[in-house]
Amino acid sequence: MKRENPDSFLHELRQILPAKAVLTTEEELRPYECDGLCGYRELPRVVVLPDQVTQVQAILALCQRHRVPVVARGAGTGLSGGATPHSEGLLLSMTRFNRILAVDPVSCTARVQPGVRNLAVSEAVAAYGLYYAPDPSSEIACTIGGNVAENAGGVHCLKYGLTVHNVLAAEVLLMSGESIRVGSEGFDAPGYDLLAAITGSEGMLGVVTEVTLRLLPQPETAKVLLAAFDTIEAAADAVAQVIAAGIIPAGLEMMDNPAIRAAEDFAQAGYPREAAAILLCEVDGTGAEVEQQVEAASAVLRERGASEIRVARDEAERLRFWSGRKNAFPAVGRISPDYYCIDGTIPRKQIGKVLKGVASLSEQYGLRVANVFHAGDGNLHPLILYDAGNPGEFERTEQLGGEILALCVEVGGTITGEHGVGLEKIGQMCVQFNEDELAQFHAFKSVFDPAGLLNPGKAVPTPARCAEFKAMHGQGRETAFSDASVSESIAEP
Amino acid sequence: MNAFVDTLAEQVTHACASGGMLRIVGGDSKAFYGGTAVGDTLSLADHRGVVSYEPTELVATVRAGTPLAELQATLAGEGQMLAFEPPAFGASATIGGTIACGLSGPARPYRGAARDFVLGVNCVNGKGQYLRFGGQVMKNVAGYDLSRVMTGALGTLGIITEISLKVLPLPEVEQTLCFECTQSEALSRLGEWALQPWPFSGTAFFDGVLRLRLSGSGAGVAAAATALGGEPCREDTDFWHDLREHRLQFFASDLPLWRLSLPPQAPPFALAEQQLLEWGGGQRWLASETQPQQMFAAAAAVGGHATRFRGGDRANSFQPLDAVGQRLHAGLKAAFDPAGVLNRDRLYPEA
Repeated sequence: MKRENPDSFLHELRQILPAKAVLTTEEELRPYECDGLCGYRELPRVVVLPDQVTQVQAILALCQRHRVPVVARGAGTGLSGGATPHSEGLLLSMTRFNRILAVDPVSCTARVQPGVRNLAVSEAVAAYGLYYAPDPSSEIACTIGGNVAENAGGVHCLKYGLTVHNVLAAEVLLMSGESIRVGSEGFDAPGYDLLAAITGSEGMLGVVTEVTLRLLPQPETAKVLLAAFDTIEAAADAVAQVIAAGIIPAGLEMMDNPAIRAAEDFAQAGYPREAAAILLCEVDGTGAEVEQQVEAASAVLRERGASEIRVARDEAERLRFWSGRKNAFPAVGRISPDYYCIDGTIPRKQIGKVLKGVASLSEQYGLRVANVFHAGDGNLHPLILYDAGNPGEFERTEQLGGEILALCVEVGGTITGEHGVGLEKIGQMCVQFNEDELAQFHAFKSVFDPAGLLNPGKAVPTPARCAEFKAMHGQGRETAFSDASVSESIAEP
Repeated sequence: MNAFVDTLAEQVTHACASGGMLRIVGGDSKAFYGGTAVGDTLSLADHRGVVSYEPTELVATVRAGTPLAELQATLAGEGQMLAFEPPAFGASATIGGTIACGLSGPARPYRGAARDFVLGVNCVNGKGQYLRFGGQVMKNVAGYDLSRVMTGALGTLGIITEISLKVLPLPEVEQTLCFECTQSEALSRLGEWALQPWPFSGTAFFDGVLRLRLSGSGAGVAAAATALGGEPCREDTDFWHDLREHRLQFFASDLPLWRLSLPPQAPPFALAEQQLLEWGGGQRWLASETQPQQMFAAAAAVGGHATRFRGGDRANSFQPLDAVGQRLHAGLKAAFDPAGVLNRDRLYPEA
């Protein structure tokens, strides 16, 4: 690849940004070497910390001119390696764009910069009786820009939707430095739905510089039920029957025994330690509505063999029930040196079957798996427990994860429900999509980023990458990110 | 791929190779909408049937040519519905046309738009390739969200052959309240309501009456009705059906019909004597002979956009895009349909 004198690139970068916003020493770069998926690490060539949109514009145009790959990053909490740096590229940290620009309590919208933390939005609008619905587990730290890039979910998606359902508009910079506005303050925008295109595009199409969020009135009441089951199958069946009864819970979460024990030891949430599975079912709405739904849901759960049903008596108990679920990942982190989180989504009716499959794979690989997941959406999060200190164990963990995802696709599901493809699942994309489909994805990206400089090597595999994946499939999969496929996906001038 | 889709893909491949153009038709019920597409008619009407539907999954997968009414009846049989309440504009309407047009009914602000319920589409692009995007599950972020990009693209990016949709339970009860007021009073009341967690499912202001529909559990609707006041509406016909299908007297005008999509709190709009507001003020219907460019400019001035919906100049149906937007649109069209085979000129005039 033709490249200009690297010093001239850094020199020009320093014309755009103050010296302290351009990081180049190894010590400065190290904190950016990975996102939430720490199995993949890479040092970027340079990290920049702009705080003006005009700076980002100039940085992109400069990188376009010098053909330097750009990886945008929010808080780095992503779990698929979407923000893993590119060894020859620039890492664009958007965290300094951390202002809530406007809250409009009449139109129920908030205009925010991309570096604003997810939870900070709900906190800022709580005084108006409003909140922002998507609540990924990382809500304390993750940023809105990252949420848009990954189309983040959370525990309330079944009723309130994903990020794509809760964003009205966004300002986006293309690699050329040009600015586009997608969506609108109204209910739609003319032409193709570019807002949907940008949401979940994993930083491959543009850099989001401002987002208009839809806010919802806080429900009058919310109540949560905890139901215990003696078998996983009975719990899975109860999930389907709750839906069949015409109830759309605000949240419907499931945990298996290993997850229950870990969470209980960690958070003392009051979970029954001996249960094979528990369901947490939250309903919200007006007081009368909630009473009615609690009764209806209890009846269904009882009928489906729940050995115990508890309704949280007050807000304190409701939060305690949730604390176990919300802390499930760190809780599992305490019982194992490392864990690896999988993110397949399947039709709800397949939950029992797939969990059985996961259990037998777990035995086969000799690696423990705890399950804690969004049962209402069919979005599984098997947590594979491993020890990175044992040679070869991470590789086996990844292989087990790959088999679980293949099983999800086999039963009619998808390799990622809400964490994104990133680097992690790039190989599995070849299982879910055929060559023509992948080619259509590439053609789509080229419209926004013809030179292929935004987040190269992520999200959509090249044909060469798929050939490689298929050749290696079954004989152990490579774990490192292949540099060859990165340079190949940057179009030659 | 079944035989129908095979043949369809061959037709597109042939057209692509021979400079042909195809006009995609489902039930042809919305032929009036958008620009006039050029080309030989390609009908999806015979590609019909529900492929899979399991009420407990809240997902229905249907072939594009399935009549909308048939799908709705199937769902209603299980106590479920298409929550975005798509308008049919004729008994022949199909689900494929519904998704390609991307139109939504009165419940849109409260339950979501057509695009919000699309989980996946199978389609044939302009090169005759059969492609599947999205899937049949609630959450799916593998690959770009091309099923949503296809929604409302008016068939210009691909021929939708099969669609998976999220469905929802039918509400237990519905009730409509009426409030007599002026348009400004209506807008301020709509603003107040937007902050309240009541089970709203439709709002409309026309002819000095603000109507509010509540849908949900019996207890929830009753509690809301008591809190909000207003009179229960006594009407002979189903107002919300007639609104959705444009059968109200308002829509009988001979003037061109414009749809304005605005920030809901945009002030009362000039440029037409007769106006009907819905979607909490976010969708406004105007019967007006105002020149398209003037209408587009007026909508843009308040942060919205205008669509010539019926009557008037078809070549000026949609709000013009800026230069970058035009380039991206032309690029997307070329990425899916490089030879310009599919529904040429239906969305924006093509070069």
